[in-house]
Amino acid sequence: MVNYLAATSALDDVKHVINVLCEPHWFLIISVVALAVFLLKYRTVTKPAVAGTIGALCTLAFLVSCLDSNFVKIVTKADNVPIVMMMVLVGFLLWLAFRQAALNDERMERGEPLREAGADDKVLVWPDLVYIELIALVLCTAALVVWAIVLPAPLEQPADPNVAPNPAKAPWYFLGLQEMLVYFDPWLAGVVLPGLIIVGLIAIPYIDKNPRGNGYYTFKERPFAISTFLFGFVILWVVLIIFGTFLRGPNWNFFGPYEFWDPHRPAALLNTEFHDLFWQGLLDRRLPEHFLIRELPGIVLVVGYFVVCPVLLKATFFRRMYLQMGFIRYNVMAFLLLMMMLMPIKMALRWMFNLHYVVGITEWFLNV
Amino acid sequence: MLGRLGNWVREGQIWGSVFRHGVPRDRRTRAMAILSNVFLHLHPVAIRKSGIRLSFTWCMGGLTFFLFLVEVVTGVLLMFYYRPTVEYAYFDIEGLRAHVTLGLLRELHRWGAHAMIIAIWLHMLRVFLTGSYKPPREFNWSVGVILLVLTMLLSFTGYLLPWDQLAMWAITVGSNMARATPFVGYEGPGAAFIQIGGVPLVHAGDDARFGLLAGTFVGPNALLRFYVLHCVFIPLVVTVLLGVHFWRVRKDGGISGPL
Repeated sequence: MVNYLAATSALDDVKHVINVLCEPHWFLIISVVALAVFLLKYRTVTKPAVAGTIGALCTLAFLVSCLDSNFVKIVTKADNVPIVMMMVLVGFLLWLAFRQAALNDERMERGEPLREAGADDKVLVWPDLVYIELIALVLCTAALVVWAIVLPAPLEQPADPNVAPNPAKAPWYFLGLQEMLVYFDPWLAGVVLPGLIIVGLIAIPYIDKNPRGNGYYTFKERPFAISTFLFGFVILWVVLIIFGTFLRGPNWNFFGPYEFWDPHRPAALLNTEFHDLFWQGLLDRRLPEHFLIRELPGIVLVVGYFVVCPVLLKATFFRRMYLQMGFIRYNVMAFLLLMMMLMPIKMALRWMFNLHYVVGITEWFLNV
Repeated sequence: MLGRLGNWVREGQIWGSVFRHGVPRDRRTRAMAILSNVFLHLHPVAIRKSGIRLSFTWCMGGLTFFLFLVEVVTGVLLMFYYRPTVEYAYFDIEGLRAHVTLGLLRELHRWGAHAMIIAIWLHMLRVFLTGSYKPPREFNWSVGVILLVLTMLLSFTGYLLPWDQLAMWAITVGSNMARATPFVGYEGPGAAFIQIGGVPLVHAGDDARFGLLAGTFVGPNALLRFYVLHCVFIPLVVTVLLGVHFWRVRKDGGISGPL
């Protein structure tokens, strides 16, 4: 009995630590570090023994977590099940891709042909491909039917415009965007940044002038392109969806995976504005009367970010890339990259200084 | 016995008129099987060996298309049971669950939609990681991005149709964004400048969100609008773009591989 209690309280301590580590700043830092280690050490990490161990540990952690009722409640919610499946698939397929990239990169170093080499090595579509397609369709159908039998589609109370649920969540695939609303106003989080995601994705093939790595798995030949894309997809899309689905509860407060969603937990601290930090904190003066002068330091900061950074990067990290890409391509790439980095920068500023707006022209709804 | 019957059918006039080639057992008839079938001829006759390896393609593009077909079939069947009005929508869904035999339609449709979104993201991930967007496939990548956006819009418009709390408030949260569109949303930056003699031209009754919802809140007009977008307009556009996407896969040299 005594041992049992000791074990339970030890488990509670572990749960508490994990709850704390799932707070947004820790979770994001851990994800970024994990992705960085994965990319830097992809040849070691993707070895079947290493990857298998990581996969087994994750599965074990998941199964143990399922002993916790709060965890089960959020994970088995019908609409959340696909997200759990997506997390598993993303992890597995990233391993599969980088395993092949590691093998290809080693082959190229040894001067051997790629795994995908042999353009003349052709097979007939009938029967080789059509049967693969048929099997895939049958398996997919079977999986879907089982999924449909096991899990009924959710249907809540009839729509009532007078009773708002708490939290009111967007469909799960847009939760990354809803998470951005915590850090940006709707005109950025809901309109401009999503628009730029689409434009940026379309622009990728026209920006990326690296001729290598066309049609086969590799990381060594295109580290910047792949790292940037994965930062966007894994961190700024998938991780933010995980935030929004599993960790955001009533009043859009953050809850650890083993915490009860208490609707009465007080909301976050009051935020500070950049103009307060600058005029009152730094210069120890009253805020200027006119809002344009009041916001001038913030405007200078934002414009400076978009003007100075490309020039600095051109002279340092991106020197070779600039020569390869040319003026227009380089500046489009730099703009999109800086736009993407706005999100992690704003998150960090919020966590460190409780910063609300860098530029806060509420008079024009123009807040950054 | 069964083999003899099979041969008799395959040598008869009816079979021969549908499939204009013999049993695909040798190179020539196997090529004919692909070439003389309107659906199969989306494929080339022969394909590089690495291209059919599952570890290379993950099969995600094909599954996305298959799931689209699942959505079309189950979606058409659902339309038999569903009326897009505030009076009926919710209770039609409830009735579907309670009274329709083998009532898996809505489950198949909803989970199929989720699966389609995941599959299309993973397809994009695969195409990116193999560098398959590089020349000559730049344009097809762009078409693919548009298809990805349309898939998410299909899902978004469909989310409203059950007309329950989950649906209405998710769409409320989502469509409130449009209110903040620069210049054309009444709470967006720049909208206040669009005015004539102090009378604002962009207000709650004519801005971007109003265009999306046909109203200032998620009500009957929004339900009808989302229904038509979901069942007719977006699927039509997707179908056309799918044609372009597949055709360009062929024209750009099939499944990518080292040059």
